[in-house]
Amino acid sequence: MKKGILILGATSSIARAAAHAFAAKGHSLFLAARDEDELDRIAKDIRIRFRVEVKYASFDAEAFGEHPHFFQQVIQNLGGLEGILLAFGDLGDQKMAINDFNLSHRMIDRNFTGACSILSLGANYLAKQGQGFIIGITSVAGDRGRQSNYVYGAAKGGFNIFLEGLRNRLFHAGVRVITVKPGFVDTSMTFGLPGLFLVASPKYVGEKIAGSLNKSQDVVYIPWFWRYIMMIIKSIPERIFKRLKL
Amino acid sequence: MKNKMTLSGWGNYPANQAIVERPERFHQLHVDAKNIIARGLGRSYGDAALNTDRDVILMERLNRFLAFDEKTGVLKAEAGTSLEEILETFIPRGWFLPVTPGTKYVTLGGCLAADIHGKNHHVDGTFGAHVNEFELLLANGSKRRCSPKQNPELFWGTVGGMGLTGIITEMALQLIPIETAYMQVQHHFAKNLDAVLAILENKQLDDRYSVAWIDCLSGGENFGRSIVMNAHHAAKKDLPAHISDPYQIKASKKISLPFYFPAWALNSWSVRAFNSLYCKIQKSKTSPFLLDYDRYFYPLDSINHWNRLYGKQGFLQYQFVVPFKTAQEALHVILGEFVKSKRASFLAVLKRFGSESEGFLSFPKEGYTLALDLPISGPELFPFLDHLDNLVLKYEGRGYLAKDARMQPETFRSMYPRFNAWQKIKADVDPEDKFSSDLSRRLRMEGKR
Repeated sequence: MKKGILILGATSSIARAAAHAFAAKGHSLFLAARDEDELDRIAKDIRIRFRVEVKYASFDAEAFGEHPHFFQQVIQNLGGLEGILLAFGDLGDQKMAINDFNLSHRMIDRNFTGACSILSLGANYLAKQGQGFIIGITSVAGDRGRQSNYVYGAAKGGFNIFLEGLRNRLFHAGVRVITVKPGFVDTSMTFGLPGLFLVASPKYVGEKIAGSLNKSQDVVYIPWFWRYIMMIIKSIPERIFKRLKL
Repeated sequence: MKNKMTLSGWGNYPANQAIVERPERFHQLHVDAKNIIARGLGRSYGDAALNTDRDVILMERLNRFLAFDEKTGVLKAEAGTSLEEILETFIPRGWFLPVTPGTKYVTLGGCLAADIHGKNHHVDGTFGAHVNEFELLLANGSKRRCSPKQNPELFWGTVGGMGLTGIITEMALQLIPIETAYMQVQHHFAKNLDAVLAILENKQLDDRYSVAWIDCLSGGENFGRSIVMNAHHAAKKDLPAHISDPYQIKASKKISLPFYFPAWALNSWSVRAFNSLYCKIQKSKTSPFLLDYDRYFYPLDSINHWNRLYGKQGFLQYQFVVPFKTAQEALHVILGEFVKSKRASFLAVLKRFGSESEGFLSFPKEGYTLALDLPISGPELFPFLDHLDNLVLKYEGRGYLAKDARMQPETFRSMYPRFNAWQKIKADVDPEDKFSSDLSRRLRMEGKR
């Protein structure tokens, strides 16, 4: 039975595209993000396009204390849970964060701590249910620390390991955990940034995310060639890597 | 985030740098910048959606459907919604666009701002006639609802107003019911210009959709030879038995022009050869036949970046309309100028227009419109078109702003007698000319009381 998918950080363009891809397959959705006006528009749009049930509620990744209540509300509304797509994250401003720990702290909360908080609740629920999935969107930036974005990278890297651990734990409960690492995607995060190449559309990434449920890969790079780009980057010896300006 | 980017219209001329923003959330839409123009999918041909060194707002990510009434067919959607998305979603439910241009890669906002027309203009009028209402973000940051009843002046000043009255944020559009996704098409061959006008005026042969492809290179006895392509939406009973779902069509194969063609590839010889071949193929279709909507309305959409055919230097599309009373002479003279000039163009289109829209700056009016593509082969093209403008004016016609990149401001003023009235509306809602574009500066379209 299709009970519904919870999408956290549902207002990002990647999440919206993934929501479309899930809805096109007939899944009901529960959208969550901070901006309720925007959620309302996205929900209306998906209901009209795909004629599926879409609910939404405001959710703040940094408000850890409210997560248990929020999650309860989701379960009540959906009457269960098929799975979770976690799509929130914040690139932040590394240059500012270098001199202001408060900014680093926020980046870590938004990309890592918030994810740990809400996914712990989700993981426990799905483990008990004995089926379902968790898809976490991290980043290729979490694969290796670079001077230009290591705070964001560290948070995403931490999230990678968290997902890895969850996968190991939930495997035995029959719950799938998929780590998604998008490369450059044409989103508001990257719009107009110099030096980008092979930029993927959100639609493409969204379809790949929804499609990952039908494949057996645990860690999905989107587009696929990023696996090999990152393989090369990770294989550079540290004594050389530290001298590069990346 | 704002970024400097080089933009051009579909004609790839001109190309200018602007400060570009692309809101993904509705509340990110703002009018803080000093000079702004909203841009849809960049399918206007010239400089209507350019704003050199000033702000351009890309509307493409504000493309949400907000409401749909299954009983009446009224769709409410954000202005960045593309016609492609509307067709994909609503054709399977039995609804079609009331008016569509020759490409589906345009936004609702763009269609309204240019008050676009389709092959059914002589029956159904322009796009604006099917918009029940829209919301406009004004220069002072407030929003105003406009309909033919509520703020009618601003409504008709914005319909065809080229985005210069404010940013269109969302609108309600009346869709039309269809029984199938197919068109019942009938071609008529016309051996010359007089013959094609006779066919287009023949009420017996007329149909809801009507357009003629016209050969702009051949002179002598083939001068103005044309294929009239008439059509209407096919009914369920018109479909052969093997089509099980009347709303399902075979996806057309997409090809892409990966690079700009070199300038020498298109010359009067290669185009002449194409025209003769095309004419021969289309002429052979003498009895009615079924065509899916995609192949009838959007044949060029199956070739991504077809505009690269005309080379890096780009091309101009020249479109004008002349009233019935002068049309015969005007078309003979102007088409004669094109044939004489041997300026290659595959895509020349002749169409009969119905009555004028209420939009103050809307292009269509009763008569005949001719549109053709002209590669920018050299600077002498511009005085040639100025000369044609004078002819169009003499025959009481006008040119189309959504296609324009070169018209003179004086010519524009003479062609659009309601421009003065429009300037008052513009001055009321945008006293400091916040909404501006390269087109509006070139044609001096500032507000004036």
